[in-house]
Amino acid sequence: MKAITWQGRHKVLVDTVADPAIINSRDAIIKVTSTAICGSDLHLYDGFIPTMEKGDVLGHEFMGEVVALGSGVSNLKEGDRVVVPFTIACGKCFFCEATQTSLCDNSNPNALMAERIYGASGSGLFGYSHLYGGYAGGQAEYVRVPFADVGPFKIPNGLEDEQVLFLSDILPTAYMAVENCGIKPGDIVAIWGCGPVGQLAIRCALMLGAERVISIDPVKGRLDLAATDKRVIPVNPEKVDLQSMLKELTGGRGPDSCIDAVGMEAHGTNLAAIYDQAKTAIHLATDRPTALRQAIMACRKGGTVSIPGVYGGYLDKIPMGAAFAKGLTFRMGQTHVHRYMQPLLERIQNGDLDPRFIITHRLSLSDGPAAYETFRTSQSECIKVVLKP
Amino acid sequence: MEDSNTTAYSRPHFEASGGEPFPHPHEGRNLGQKERYASIAAGAALLLLGLARRRLTGLLLGATGAALLGRGVSGRCAFYRAMGISSAPSDRPGVPDNLGTKVERSITIRRSPEEIYQFWRDLENLPRFMKHVKSVKMLDNLRSHWVVTVPGGRTMEWDAMIINEHPNELIAWESLPGADLENAGSVRFHPAPGGRGTEVRVTMQYNAMEGLLGVIAAKILRESPGVQIDEDLDRLKQLLETGEIATASKRPVHSVIAAIEAVTETGESK
Repeated sequence: MKAITWQGRHKVLVDTVADPAIINSRDAIIKVTSTAICGSDLHLYDGFIPTMEKGDVLGHEFMGEVVALGSGVSNLKEGDRVVVPFTIACGKCFFCEATQTSLCDNSNPNALMAERIYGASGSGLFGYSHLYGGYAGGQAEYVRVPFADVGPFKIPNGLEDEQVLFLSDILPTAYMAVENCGIKPGDIVAIWGCGPVGQLAIRCALMLGAERVISIDPVKGRLDLAATDKRVIPVNPEKVDLQSMLKELTGGRGPDSCIDAVGMEAHGTNLAAIYDQAKTAIHLATDRPTALRQAIMACRKGGTVSIPGVYGGYLDKIPMGAAFAKGLTFRMGQTHVHRYMQPLLERIQNGDLDPRFIITHRLSLSDGPAAYETFRTSQSECIKVVLKP
Repeated sequence: MEDSNTTAYSRPHFEASGGEPFPHPHEGRNLGQKERYASIAAGAALLLLGLARRRLTGLLLGATGAALLGRGVSGRCAFYRAMGISSAPSDRPGVPDNLGTKVERSITIRRSPEEIYQFWRDLENLPRFMKHVKSVKMLDNLRSHWVVTVPGGRTMEWDAMIINEHPNELIAWESLPGADLENAGSVRFHPAPGGRGTEVRVTMQYNAMEGLLGVIAAKILRESPGVQIDEDLDRLKQLLETGEIATASKRPVHSVIAAIEAVTETGESK
């Protein structure tokens, strides 16, 4: 079959690889009908995530049709149309029982590797390095899905792929980031990053009752898209003094919640950002936390900093004193996708949400390598790429 | 039914085995039979060669030969002792407390102590999650025969014996005399607080005995003590909680037959 494989920093290929097969009884094979490139795939593309191997199949946002099932899967049948959560969860462990599926105990075969780095391992992920299990990803014609009796979510007739594809990752990710803020009437939410997750987080924040959303991004095209809703105030952090602007926009209080939808590869122009770039370049630090620093400094007393953006290693110059002095709450982590699929499907069905507005590029799987490069370099025009195998 | 052989090795408490010094007819012997004969032959040859030459080189050859001869006859090697190497087969059960590598590891599994105890007590289940254990065959209710793969694809074998058990709480075992790798271990099952399943605690002690294989095994065990047990316990948890072992590889990890059955059954359900 054809698949997009990782070959090294800034190098991906459309490759012919072996077809997947049923290995365990709870497996399914999905024929992919739509798949997307995630902002976090750029972390792999930029070589920021360790334990990638040449030839690894990329992609963790995908949906398709069930074409084969292991003997242990009785809730699906061949021909079912499903969206697959990017987090692989067994459904049986302590964390799965508590619906914290991204913390599943049993789905990462390389758990010991993650334990050594993080003290404990999260769930296995599709197409996201050997640290997360080395599972082949969904930017391919077919995918093996483990624990298929728990993950794949059936899509009712009458909905297009593009309406539901993002249930696999970014829509639940945006929603959980907002849910973690515990929005109360009158709350103003500041969101760093107007990429796909940031855009969807803006919609979710408004849907969950935020008074206003301040969206922060240096890329004009992205800010423009965010500001199509009048309740959104776009701010370019490179054009203004961000901290005083945020105070001004909130009557001197600071945003009630701050969402860092940027993560480890934040861009910045101040001295600290240059320092971060230099340090990561010579491997003295792993992540560049410009957005996170700003969020901590801006957040109002007693507020929440919610972090859907991915961090992978060690951060430097985090204003922990400010966080402590203001009594901030931190919420973060991979998304418990399984928990949100049904409620978000209902939001899509009743018209509360339509995530299609973020799609800027519709391409074929063979356009994948060019699409990665466009996504990386043309952030103003390219917000979300959907690939059709 | 226990025969008299098995009861001879039974002890009331596993822990007690390490404390008491085990009587030993060849104290300090660390060379195997083959190596002793080779040492005697080579020593004798060198000694004769040395005596024939009668010069300085001859003296050196003779001295080396005499040392090898002595090593072979006594079965003791000072160099091996200094390096912590022994090529003598085990002539005692278990592992004396001061020897080898001791490792303790624990994991919490969402199953009752009864379920995990029963799974473990059927020792023939162990190769399903112990990566390097090729097979365990029960010889009777207490004795079992183990075949373990070591790096390079070779195998080590031994008989082991359950020396203590409390249903749903504890199983303790040790290798019987003649083991390639002296070992002893115990696994305890304790209910985790708040209904969170069972805390499984494994203690293992190994001491390599026979020749090069043992030395390789011991080196690996010394360098990464517990890694193998960690991996095996992860797999045990996966197996007992989810019914299968997570894998991203193309081949099944636990059982080829199960995977073939899975595929065949899928075929039938079409």
